[in-house]
Order: sequence, then structure tokens, then C-alpha cells
Amino acid sequence: MAGTITVHNPMGYAPTVTHKPLAPRLDTLTGKTVYLVDCRFDDSDLFLKQMQDWFAEHMPAVRTVIKPLSNVYTKDDPATWEEIKAKGHAAVVGVGH
Amino acid sequence: MTLEAKYGVPVVAMHTDKFDRVARSVAEVGGMPTLRQVFVPMPIMGKTGRELRAYVDGKDPLTGRPVMQEVIEGLTKPFSDEDLRAVEYDRSTPRLCAPDTEDNLRATFEANHWTDYLPIVLPTEARVAAMLAATHRKPDEVVGRMRPTHFREAWEYTVEKVAVNAVMAGARPEYFPVILALAATGVTARHSTSSSGATMAVVNGPIRAEIGMNWGIGAMGPYNHANATIGRAYGLLSQNGQGGSVPGVTFMGSQGNGYSYNSLTLAENEERSPWEPFHVGHGLRPRDSAVSVWSGVRSTAYTLGLRETHWREHIGHMIRGMDPQVPPTLVLDPITARQFIDRGGFTSKKAVIDWLADAGRMRAREYWDYQLVQNYIYPRATFGEEPMASKLRAAPDEMIRMYEPDDIHIVVVGGETNGYWRIMGGTYQKTVSVDEWR
Repeated sequence: MAGTITVHNPMGYAPTVTHKPLAPRLDTLTGKTVYLVDCRFDDSDLFLKQMQDWFAEHMPAVRTVIKPLSNVYTKDDPATWEEIKAKGHAAVVGVGH
Repeated sequence: MTLEAKYGVPVVAMHTDKFDRVARSVAEVGGMPTLRQVFVPMPIMGKTGRELRAYVDGKDPLTGRPVMQEVIEGLTKPFSDEDLRAVEYDRSTPRLCAPDTEDNLRATFEANHWTDYLPIVLPTEARVAAMLAATHRKPDEVVGRMRPTHFREAWEYTVEKVAVNAVMAGARPEYFPVILALAATGVTARHSTSSSGATMAVVNGPIRAEIGMNWGIGAMGPYNHANATIGRAYGLLSQNGQGGSVPGVTFMGSQGNGYSYNSLTLAENEERSPWEPFHVGHGLRPRDSAVSVWSGVRSTAYTLGLRETHWREHIGHMIRGMDPQVPPTLVLDPITARQFIDRGGFTSKKAVIDWLADAGRMRAREYWDYQLVQNYIYPRATFGEEPMASKLRAAPDEMIRMYEPDDIHIVVVGGETNGYWRIMGGTYQKTVSVDEWR
């Protein structure tokens, strides 16, 4: 086509998106332990404490555990994940930002 | 996502509403697009317990549904068809754009967020070929990987992709080995941090003169073609090589940062420095050419010279004006570098740095109260990492170091029109050989 040129695309190469399945959901939270995982970012612990209070008031049959990450949120924390897997049934992780 | 996929634990991820697009985007490219995510208003930081309880009792600002209802449903509601649909797709990048007019291509590049919104040089095949001729490396060789944040996937770029972005920035082919070395650091110049950190790049060795870089008057400003376009190429390569730097999606810097336009790229004034060149202090020889990069660059303190009586106190105040989470790099005009020797007797950079580490002290209670110290240093201290753990054991009024000597650096640059100098807050990342990319 007259007056047209061809140029390179400047974008890099993305990795292929690989499907990761969700974990099975629980039938009920009654009698279960929910970990409230504090990502240790900008007062997240204070927010999760309020959520813990909400569970105590509204769903006392749910046991909650506030669990701060072992280190900075940018690092993987297998020890915490293992603990939740062993002692808990579900998790709320926050606050991302 | 790790807890869901690897450990089989149902999770709800909480975020603030400003991060909805980035949170959903991360989940999607992570292969878990229906990850349960619940949003509360921004900010969390600084809110009282009562205000945070109102967030919990309130509604998700994005869906209008009660936050706790979404949390409970997120953990218990059975899967939908969408949850069960396998997500797997390729996102291959075409080598070339569809042929079009120059005006339309410029519009396309802007619409795709491929530029920094200054005029670009369109990367025609001929221009890219000329750039590629300036290195012995093959066009399809992978140079490195970058990502805008820790949580996103890293994208990969080749020598040719670096050349494309170098052309766009207006760089000349002779600069290309420096740009390739910057790309090889893997340190993005378009980090998506809400703090808007930029990068700084310092070039050392013979390449500085070979390509006409500036280390004298105005070296850190818009007064030299090589300084300007090498840093710009680093930024464009970062944003495009890593898969984007788009506000709200792959860039969340609240205020942005003018330093990002050319990544504060400069050459060190080795000729007028009283100390060894920066790269020599990091394992290279004077005859080697290298580039060093810092990340998280945003804070700056400055003053004029070192006064005879109170220079120590003045510098102590400057250091305490920085955020303790990001260490200082002194950027000294040669006049001031020599003043450090004249006033303090510091015949080596190490002597200056050791003194600075001692001068930069504050009460432990104030140090640990900084928000960024809480976010990034306190967790490491509680994990037992030294020297953070020892600082955590200090009494509240004990004067503790803000920075350790290994984290403090010195660069000499400037044209000696006066003894102005500054402290740049920034984290030194690495020094990379330029010669390997010639």
C-alpha cells in the first residue's frame, strides 16, 4: 500500500498462561478454622482484627486465627502455608494494598 | 494463589478498590481468573479501628454487596461453570506491526501504551537492523526478563526487542551495548510501586568517552544525546519488554516520577574523582566499561559544600530527612568529593561511608514507627535477619543506625561550577559489563 511502512512490535514475549484450579470450597464454615493472613502491609493487621471481631460476633462457631506472614510479603512463606494446610480449613489474605 | 493451587486451601484475597484492575489482571495471567477477591475502600493505612470496622461491616465498593457476605461466599459457594473452565492460552507477540502510515503507527503506539508520550522514532526494519549491527550478539538471543512487580509474571526480551526500543528512544547504534547491558540487569525501570520509584544508571569506563557521554556540566540533565537516549531506551525497553506499564493495571505509582523519563542516566566523572571509579569498587577493572543500576529512586536531599564548623550536623540532618527504608547514595560534584577529604580526612570512599552510617542515627522508637520500615524491615527483623533483629532489640530511646555501610554508595559527577551535591535515596542493585554486549 502506498505511503505505508512496516515497523517492529516493541513488546516482549509473555509466558504462556497455565490454568491453576481453585481449591475445593467448604460446605460450611461452622466448626471450621479460618486463618486471617496478615500480609504485613500498611496496617493490614488492624483491619484483620476488625474482621476477627466480626466473626466472633456474627459467626462464633467459626474459629479465626490471625497469622502474620513470616517475612516481607514479597517472599514466599511455605511455613505459613503448611501451618494453614495442617491446622486450618480456609484463609482470608489481606490487605493486598 | 499459591495457597489455593499448591496447598488446596480455599482463599479469599482482600484488596483496596484502587487495585481492582491490577488484582484481577494478576489473577488472570496467573491462570486463576476466578480467584475470589473482595475489595474495601482505600486507604487502610492510618484508619482507626472504628473506621476499619466500618469497612468490614460495609459494602464492597465495586460490587455494592456486603463485604462479609462476599468473604463467606468466596470460601463456601460451589463452583460455577466459569470456575471449572480451563484457562490456557498463548500470548505470542508478533515480530512486526501491520503496515500502516507513519501517523497511524504513531497513534497505534500511543494507544497501546508503547511510548512515554514524547515523540518516538518509528522502529523500521532498516533502523532496527542498523542498531543490531552494533553488537556481536544474535538478534534472537534472550537478553533477560523483567516484570513490573513481584507478583506479576516475568516477560522475556531478545536482542532484537531491545534494539526496537532503542530505536524508538532515538538512541544511536554506538550506544547499543550500554542499552543491552541495562536490559541484561533484569532490573525494570518501570517498577509498579505505589511509591513511584524510578531507576538511576551510572556508566563507567572507556565507553563513556567513546560514545560521547556527559559527566561534566549538566550531566544529570537534558544536555547530552547519549545520556538522554540511553536512559530513555532503558525505560521503553522496561515497559514494553515486561509486558506493559499502564496506569491502573501494570503501574500503580500514585504520583509518578519525572526521573523515569531517562532513568537518571549519567556517566561518572572518573577523571576528577579523588577515589576509584564506581565499577572498580564492584569487581571490575578501570579499563572495563560497565553500567550500574539503582532502583526505588525518588527522594533527594541537597546542599552546597561542607561548612567548616557544622558539616557533620548538616549531613546528619540530610540523612535523617530520607526514608530509612531506602538507603542513600551520595552524588557528589568533584569539588565536594575533595571537601570530604579536606574536612573529614576521608581518603577512601569506604571511610566516608563508614562515617555516614554512624552519622545517620535516630531513636529506635522513631525508626520502627516509619510506615515503610514496618512494611519491609520489621518483618525481616522478626524473622531473625541481622542487623534488623539487633536493632529491634534496642531500647526505645537508643540511637540506632538508619543504614548499614554496605547499603551506602558514592558516585562523583558534575562540572565543578560549584560544590552542590545531593543524596539520592535508592537501592543499588548491580553492576553489569558493557563490553560483553559490544
